[in-house]
Parts: sequence; C-alpha cells; structure tokens
Amino acid sequence: MKYIDGFRDPVAAAGVRAKLDALAAVLETRARAVNIMEVCGSHTMAIARYGIRDILPKSVNLISGPGCPVCVTPASYIDAAIALAERGAIVVSFGDMIAVPGSSTTLAECRARGGTVEVGYSPMRAVELAEAHPDREVVFLAIGFETTTAPVVMMLELAIRRGIKNLSLLTAFKLVPPALAALLSDPGIRIDAFLCPAHVSVIIGADAYKPFVNQWKVPCVVAGFEPLDILYGILGILKQVSHGEATVENQYSRVVTAKGNGIAQSLMAKYLEPVDAAWRGIGVIPLSGLGLRPEFGTYDAGLRHGVSMGAGDENPACACGEVLKGKQRPPACALFGAACTPDHPVGPCMVSSEGTCAAYFKYLR
Amino acid sequence: MLSRALIQQEIVPRFGADALKGLPDGATLPIPAGRAMVFTTDSFVVQPLEFPGGNIGDLAVHGTVNDLAACGAKPRWLSLALILEEGLPLTTLRRVLDSVKKAADDCGMAVVTGDTKVVARGQCDGMYVNTAGIGELIDGFELGAGRVAAGDHILVSGPLGDHGMAVMAVREGIRITHGVTSDTGPVHRLVEAVRGLAAGVKFMRDPTRGGLAAVLNEVVEGRGRGILVRETELPFSVGAQATAEMLGLDLLQVASEGRLVMICSASVSGEVLNAWRALPEGAGAVRIGEVTDSKGRVILETITGGRRLVDVPRGELLPRIC
Repeated sequence: MKYIDGFRDPVAAAGVRAKLDALAAVLETRARAVNIMEVCGSHTMAIARYGIRDILPKSVNLISGPGCPVCVTPASYIDAAIALAERGAIVVSFGDMIAVPGSSTTLAECRARGGTVEVGYSPMRAVELAEAHPDREVVFLAIGFETTTAPVVMMLELAIRRGIKNLSLLTAFKLVPPALAALLSDPGIRIDAFLCPAHVSVIIGADAYKPFVNQWKVPCVVAGFEPLDILYGILGILKQVSHGEATVENQYSRVVTAKGNGIAQSLMAKYLEPVDAAWRGIGVIPLSGLGLRPEFGTYDAGLRHGVSMGAGDENPACACGEVLKGKQRPPACALFGAACTPDHPVGPCMVSSEGTCAAYFKYLR
Repeated sequence: MLSRALIQQEIVPRFGADALKGLPDGATLPIPAGRAMVFTTDSFVVQPLEFPGGNIGDLAVHGTVNDLAACGAKPRWLSLALILEEGLPLTTLRRVLDSVKKAADDCGMAVVTGDTKVVARGQCDGMYVNTAGIGELIDGFELGAGRVAAGDHILVSGPLGDHGMAVMAVREGIRITHGVTSDTGPVHRLVEAVRGLAAGVKFMRDPTRGGLAAVLNEVVEGRGRGILVRETELPFSVGAQATAEMLGLDLLQVASEGRLVMICSASVSGEVLNAWRALPEGAGAVRIGEVTDSKGRVILETITGGRRLVDVPRGELLPRIC
C-alpha cells in the first residue's frame, strides 16, 4: 500500500484543495466555468468515489466523457455477437458486456436461451477455450481502448504461434485521440481542457496528445487514478487555463512515459490498422478505431463468419449518447434510477462498472 | 466411515459430556424463569473450508454467537449439524471439530444437540455446517434501528473486511507479505463489557454479508435520518486494503466475522470505546461517524473532504465466504 497511501493522504489533499481554490478565485472573472472533460471511465469512477466534484470550486466543472469501452460499443456490435453465439460459436467476453442491451436482447439472455457465452477476466481465456474445444469456433469480443487492445493483440500473437485455427476476434477497438478531436469539433459541447486517461497513456505515451493539442490549443493533463492524482491533474489544467497555455502535461509520470510502451505499439501495428469506428451515441468517427489488417482477415470474426454490423436499434429514450458526449448529466435522463438501474439497465452507461450513469447511481444519487 | 461410527468416534469424545450424554433426540434446557431468550440459526458453506485465521468450524460457532450477542444476548446453548461429503479427509474433519469445540468453550456455549449426515461425493462441497444458538437476553438492552436518533455516534470494534479478504485471497491465489488473516472471532465479550451502559446503546450488528455498507443502510433505509461516516476514521488492515485493491473491491462492502458495529448515544460512546479497547478483540475500536438528519442516506466524507453516497452492495458480491 506504500505506493497508494501517499496518493490518498488527506493532509496533502487539503493542501492541493487550497491551491485549487486560490486559482479558481482568479478564474471566476471568466464568463463561464472551466469545463474539464475526464475521458476515462476509471477517472469518472474515482471522481465519484472520492467525492471530488463536491469539493471543486464553482468555477470548475467536471464533465464525464466517452471513456468507458463498453459504453461506446454500439448495439449493432452486441447484435453481431449474439448472432455468432446463436450460430453455435463460443463467444468469450469481458464481464460487463454481457448485460449491455443490443437492439432487442443481451448476451446474458442469449446465454440463458442456450447460447455459449463465456466471461473471461483475461483475453487468454479465449485461447484456453479454443484449445479445449478444437471442434468449435471461438469468438473473442475484442473491444476496448488502447489499454485493452494491447493484451488482446498479445493473445492473438500467442494463438497464432500455437497454431490455433478456431479462434477469431470481433473487433471494435477504439482510439482515444481521434475521439477527443471529434468532441471538440461538435459545436454543442464546450470543453476547455481534457483530463487524459492514465492506462491508455501508458500504452500510447503522453506525446501522443501533442498533435491534437497543437491543432486544437486545448490543455491536456495525463493523470493517475488516485484522488491526489486527479486533484493535481485538475490543478495543472487550471494553471494552464489561467496562463492561457495549452500543452500536454504528464502528472502520472511514475507510470506514463513520453513515448509509451514500444513493444505494445509495434505489436498493435503488426496486426491492426486504423479504421472508421461507430461510437454509441456519437456516430461514426473517421479513423477512430483499429481493425485487423487484411493479411490477418482469417482471424476477423466478421469476415470469417459473414456477420456484418447493421445500423443497430438503441432505445430512443436512453440518453447514453448525450451522457457520453458530456452534454447531459445522468440524473437528467428520464430513465435514470427509475426504469434504468444497475439491476435493470437500459443503456450501457448504467451497465458498465466504469459507466457514468453507474458512477452517479452508485455514489451521487 | 458410516455416520454412526463417525458420531461415536469424533463427535461424542468432543461434545458428549453433558446434555449430549447418551445421545438423546433433543436437549432439555434449564431456562431461567421469566427470562427472555434469543434464538438464531445460520448455515456455513465457506470455500475453502480452512483459511488463514480459522476454518468452517470456528466460523460456524462465531457466526451464531455474534448474532446472539448483537441482539444483546449472552450465548448459552448451541446446536451443531454437519453435512459431510463422502471422501472428506478425516484429518480435515478433526481439525474443524477441534475448532468448534475450542470456539464453543471460549464463548461459554455448550453444544447440546446435533446431527451428522454423510452424502455421496459431488452432492456437497466437502462439508456444510449449520449451527443454531440460544442466548439469554441481557438486562437493559433495548435495541432497534427505530431508536437511533440524530447525534448518535457510530462505533466499530476493529478493522473491517479482514474475513472476506482472507477467504478471497486464498481463492484468488493472492500471496502477499503481510497478507490478510480472517477476523473470525466472538463479539459477546464486547457486548458483556458494556452492559452497564446498555441504556445508551441503540443498535448493534455484526457486519457480515455486505459489510459495513449493508448494516448502515439498513439503519437509515426508509427512515427520516441519515449517517455520515468519515473515511479518514475507518479502520482497515494493510493486508485487507492491499487485497481489496488488487481485486477492485470496496472494503465498506466486505464481510467481517468478528467485529461489532454499534450506534449509541453520544453520552456513552467514550465509555464504550474505553471498555472495548480494554479487551483484545476491541483493541482497534474507533468512532467512525454520526447519525444525521439527512433522510435515508449513508454518506461518506472521503479523504478529499468531498462527500458521496455509500451504496448497498448489489447482488452476491463475494459468494461462499461464510
């Protein structure tokens, strides 16, 4: 706990708060509050868990962004996964996915009807299952941001090395930097700065945000997940805003480097290439995802099994799309806490343990 | 070994002294005239059967003792029912029974009736244990969530969540230095120690399933009051914190099996803490918060000074830890 306790120290937290308050007092002369978007679902959860929104000065506004990989996965993807399970494939997924509503049903319901849907904590579960069931097709639901993409690609490399032929990936990998740019180009969203994700940045490196910051002139601070990390991150943003600067600052330097994880990056580049990707609630963002390179098409579950992703049919009353873009807070959704709860979720943001609606329901109701 | 032989060779030598002598069909209990008695039962299916700090045997005794104690009762009599899977190593059974005996003696409880069944392999996971207990209500305790009022203090007798984390650490194969040991133990002495202050004690509960979060929410649910807990005051062991961190669990929702949560009037809380701290099982006792008049909510003031809701655990967070 030695490396965690220090980042949860109440005395140090009070010190950072005092600095935040002093800076915020200066910023009160601005026409409106400083809108900071936290892009990562783990940040959303940590902010709620430590009551951070509650202690921020009025001139600072935290907005949750599209940082939960389960939440941004469109209904059409769930539909495709269900179709594969119904055709007899063993579908292997991270846990949160199985309760996310597709157009009409969930993977959990598909399993209850007899489909084989396995939950794995590690992508390697798919390899184990493929080896244990050589007579069946195994499909891994390959969703996630850069953090998750790296271990999935590692799993694929191992599967290829072991000569496994009955395993494929249904890919819906997402990239963080293109999503940030898409959010800024939406005139309905006013974001002054980004609190950038911790673990994604371990893979891509803090420098990965530089082109984006140079183009958009928006401060970006990479921060860790402990309460003091987040407070320092916000302090760094306020300093930049008050000085009229826009740079990439790496608050999480004990883990994140400027260049990121080179091994992970080269593995990802070997198997994957940028593709246009559909984000639930946001739509298609050009080159905001990663798909398998054509030479590895045999491992692409969509190509291999002839499953394509349609338009998908999301519940029109569900405000997840607006929540993901930071346009609406969860309690403003008519379904929140009534028709939509963690036990009976309507939208993905209530399902995922990193979802914004789940964070509000759990800690801020 | 057949059930009959098992009973003769393993049960009778340990428990056959008084009421069990001659193995009657039921126990005849000398209930003092005019006394209110408390009766409770619990079943134990913990997996693994043995874990750091205890086993299913002492856990089964403590679970029932603590339910009685939290009701303000002095534990008196215990029943012990075993369901054993064919093939369970006899050495394991002996260790468990020795633990039952030791724990019952320590709690001043006599095992007065029981049952043993052996089922075929695969029909039970090693062994299941059921205990029921009868205790004598201690004069002066009038407990109930309904008595809790704004301004009352919330006390806990020691670090929270060690039991749940000890069992989970074994199950998940987490081996760390300064690992976590189950807190399984009796709390009846903590209750006994404050009998002179009983009038000021409003509510007691041992925070098992769902942990402190479940207990506190139960107190405020549907009532016109709330609870404020300060994160900086919450007692956790380093081992439990490290394990919870690795498993991504909130220790507020993790079970203890040897702790007591008390809500008492502010006027007695200092004396309760002094009485508790004089006992080994209460050495880590602290006040963690107060009852407020904010409706039906348990609020945590976090280390940042910000506030958030303490939610009721949803679903079965950690199956088969007791």
